[in-house]
Amino acid sequence: MTVYSAPGTDGAIVSYQSRYDHFIGGEYVAPAKGQYFTNPSPVTGQDFTEIARGTADDVEKALDAAHGAADAWGRTSPAERAVILNKIADRMEANLEKLAVAEAWENGKPVRETLAADLPLAIDHFRYFAGAIRAQEGTAGQLDDDTVAYHFHEPLGVVGQIIPWNFPILMATWKLAPALAAGNAVVLKPAEQTPASIHYLMSLIADLLPPGVLNIVNGFGVEAGKPLASSNRVAKVAFTGETTTGRLIMQYASENLIPVTLELGGKSPNIFFEDVSRADDDFFDKSLEGFAMFALNQGEVCTCPSRALIQQSIYQDFLAAGVKRVENLKQGNPLDTDTQVGAQASNDQLEKILSYLDIGRQEGAKVLTGGARAELPGDLSGGYYVQPTIFEGTNAMRIFQEEIFGPVVSVTSFADYADAIKIANDTLYGLGAGVWTRDINLAYRAGRAIKAGRVWTNSYHTYPAHAAFGGYKQSGIGRENHKMMLDHYQQTKNLLVSYSPKAMGFF
Amino acid sequence: MATRVDVTPAAADMMRRLRGQHGPLMFHQSGGCCDGSSPMCYLEGEFRTGQSDVLLESLRIEGVDEPITFWMSAAQFELWKHTHLTVDVVPGRGSGFSLEAPEGVRFLIRSRLLTEEELAELSA
Repeated sequence: MTVYSAPGTDGAIVSYQSRYDHFIGGEYVAPAKGQYFTNPSPVTGQDFTEIARGTADDVEKALDAAHGAADAWGRTSPAERAVILNKIADRMEANLEKLAVAEAWENGKPVRETLAADLPLAIDHFRYFAGAIRAQEGTAGQLDDDTVAYHFHEPLGVVGQIIPWNFPILMATWKLAPALAAGNAVVLKPAEQTPASIHYLMSLIADLLPPGVLNIVNGFGVEAGKPLASSNRVAKVAFTGETTTGRLIMQYASENLIPVTLELGGKSPNIFFEDVSRADDDFFDKSLEGFAMFALNQGEVCTCPSRALIQQSIYQDFLAAGVKRVENLKQGNPLDTDTQVGAQASNDQLEKILSYLDIGRQEGAKVLTGGARAELPGDLSGGYYVQPTIFEGTNAMRIFQEEIFGPVVSVTSFADYADAIKIANDTLYGLGAGVWTRDINLAYRAGRAIKAGRVWTNSYHTYPAHAAFGGYKQSGIGRENHKMMLDHYQQTKNLLVSYSPKAMGFF
Repeated sequence: MATRVDVTPAAADMMRRLRGQHGPLMFHQSGGCCDGSSPMCYLEGEFRTGQSDVLLESLRIEGVDEPITFWMSAAQFELWKHTHLTVDVVPGRGSGFSLEAPEGVRFLIRSRLLTEEELAELSA
């Protein structure tokens, strides 16, 4: 067991600056209006740094820098860009522990997760796209003896990226790595809830990128995100968030006729077929872990398995074992490597979760464990902690239909395969799902029948770079991860070439 | 008279302040993750509503000349229509592109079940 000291205190392995400006054109630039906002740690509720409050002027300056850099960056060889991405990964790896503590302090997530998942995944993501861009090729189609259609990949130019707060470094990486690999210049706006850890990352890697290739403008959505998303100087906007803002970003994009990728969340079903309980073995243990996965990252994951569907024949026993598993989760100081459940990322997130615990009860759902704010002692008493909570109810309830984004699972039962699929698909969303069974034929059929972009099969919450991630239905448009993401950041250039010296004969 | 949406005094205060700073306002209730499941406050007309949206209420706020519209997507409304919503405001940080975030607050929905009488009145 290790308990890391809070950043900036005695014995800490990492410290934040007292203030962060915008990162524009390779250097730190004060906000045009001279304003800053404070950034609290969800661990204690206390402010730990202040952040530039960006406005349209700052976004324009960042776009100037990006446009100044985009052409030269787009013409660098894939090998050169791959070297830079690999160096970024190496720097991150050399500083993994520091980055992990910095991110845990800003977001409230357990350092055990940032050490084992967030940072290793981000590092691997840069390496994956460094490899993918080296291996990517265009095509040459021989249309007839004298005519060839060449297809080249070209960068889009300057792209805007708006990052969520639930995985501040990993979600930035999901967007940055393919965009930079493909040769684009980026203007990125971090979430105002978690703006600082990306700047700590920049303190490690800024010298690796040519000035203007990556620009970071901080600020509130309405003041900095909107000017970026509505700018006619970006060739694409990528956003992770929720449906109303997603629609608004599409509206702006329609004015500028540019593409968007949107990842807008889900209400992911996690289905447990009766044969999981056939033996009390490793697989049964694994499926109980899968049930408890709703508490990973305090439920602040777009694919949180927040609806558990358990077959009636095993319902009582499996659920009882699941409750026991969840009651054994260790909640506490996120900087303690033994802590499994940390703090919610912000006060308003805490309040929203509590409002759902309220309406869940009013609708008649039964609380099997948890159901309240977690009161922790000492410095943690000002932090934003919620007890891992299991509700039992029916799929029409609002707690089954809305993403609570907290450590809350809503459990119901199903009779048979058809019933399971019906309930699983009875949702506005289609981002993730889980299927648990020892029957490979059943697993395959269920996986194909669920209308969601990712169906984890006998697993959950793994995010390898080489598996496409994205939503059906109202969960969004486009994908992240996988080499196919390069296409999301590239134009197709077709050179249609005649090698015939003869006229066509039309005129 | 039964309503679908009410506001707390603190939320009404914030709406008056935002109206004074920015102009006429509207709300659209969000779904999905991150800042989702929250009411988003925009300048009236900033968010284009259409056939896929339902106008739940035109809120009359004392000190605000025009009603503040409260919208939700029709698909989401189907799942919410049995509940009454109260717009509240809490200390907070972020909110998509919603207007109140720079004030250090966040609009929040509190919900209760509509009564049989209210449902009958609202469907009349």
